Amino acid sequence: MSRSPGRKQENDKISRELFVLTYGALVAQLCKDYEKDEDVNTCLDRMGYGIGIRLIDDFLARSAVKKCRSYSETADMIAQVAFKMYLGVTPSVSCNSAAGNEFSLILDKNPLVDFVEELPAERASLCYCNLLCGVIRGALEMVHLAAEVTFLQDRLKGDAVTEIGITFLRKPEDRKHKR
Amino acid sequence: ARFTRGKSPVLERALGRPRSELSLAAFALLFSELVQYCQRRVGSVAELQARLARLGRHVGLRALDALVARERPGRRETKVLGGLLWRALFGREADKLEQANDDERTFYVIEREPLVNTFVSVPRENSSLNCAAFAAGLLEAALGASGFPARVSAHWHKGTTLMIKFDEAVIARDKSLEGR
Repeated sequence: MSRSPGRKQENDKISRELFVLTYGALVAQLCKDYEKDEDVNTCLDRMGYGIGIRLIDDFLARSAVKKCRSYSETADMIAQVAFKMYLGVTPSVSCNSAAGNEFSLILDKNPLVDFVEELPAERASLCYCNLLCGVIRGALEMVHLAAEVTFLQDRLKGDAVTEIGITFLRKPEDRKHKR
Repeated sequence: ARFTRGKSPVLERALGRPRSELSLAAFALLFSELVQYCQRRVGSVAELQARLARLGRHVGLRALDALVARERPGRRETKVLGGLLWRALFGREADKLEQANDDERTFYVIEREPLVNTFVSVPRENSSLNCAAFAAGLLEAALGASGFPARVSAHWHKGTTLMIKFDEAVIARDKSLEGR
């Protein structure tokens, strides 16, 4: 169990189980502390926001991506680079509006619910993964993109898929006049 | 038992190798939020660490299930289990494992650089103790659930140190096994 001292910690990975179980412990604690599902959801979103505004630095530093020139590129970036980097999965992206500012991320696999079979009956409105919405929202805000992020569908609630909806709050044309 | 839902894909799915790994940054930030949440609801450092230890125990119990189900059955030596568990969760071995000179029940796990200190900006000693409190709870639950009941506590000594004090019964059993 010991190893020689002086070796620098190079490993920047952690076991998926530790992460997923810690998240579960957090949700369980929130469910103990708050009676209403909406309060737990709000709390998860807020904590996610706190993570997102700092995670973006790590993301930009490690991914070295170019600046996105459209909402569509941004949504792709979130799904194909960020989700891959932090959760090891790649949701598919679809655009939901003609205006080009509403997108859906469909999560086929979601590590956060690795050990969750279903929600308890008394917690039917719980958005178990609501942290993710806050993370995305916070990260986008730090790159000056205001967005609303919510779960549109949730497998844990009996829906067919898990779908996160991202609505960018300024029309694409407005961005040209930002300066 | 749940018979209302048809299949239970999560429960039936094989645990399988290899374990995948996720970003330390993501975990560190999650842990930081967790600590901040607990901090807002407690009145003292001791209470905070107790909360974190409790959360750690929650994780430890469940982590062990996954780990034991995956490893070959029969490998239950104290040190091996501790090493396996530590490596499985944290991806590497702890810096040092020592046994106390004066007490055969007590072991020390010493980490010079605490794992998730990266994103926490509070005074170093406190933040690493928070992480260690969580790890202590985790280890305590895992050891207990695998048949090695012990008390695990976190201290600041040569870095963060987890002190593992096994119950008498464990040492007695160890001795009787060695005698065979």
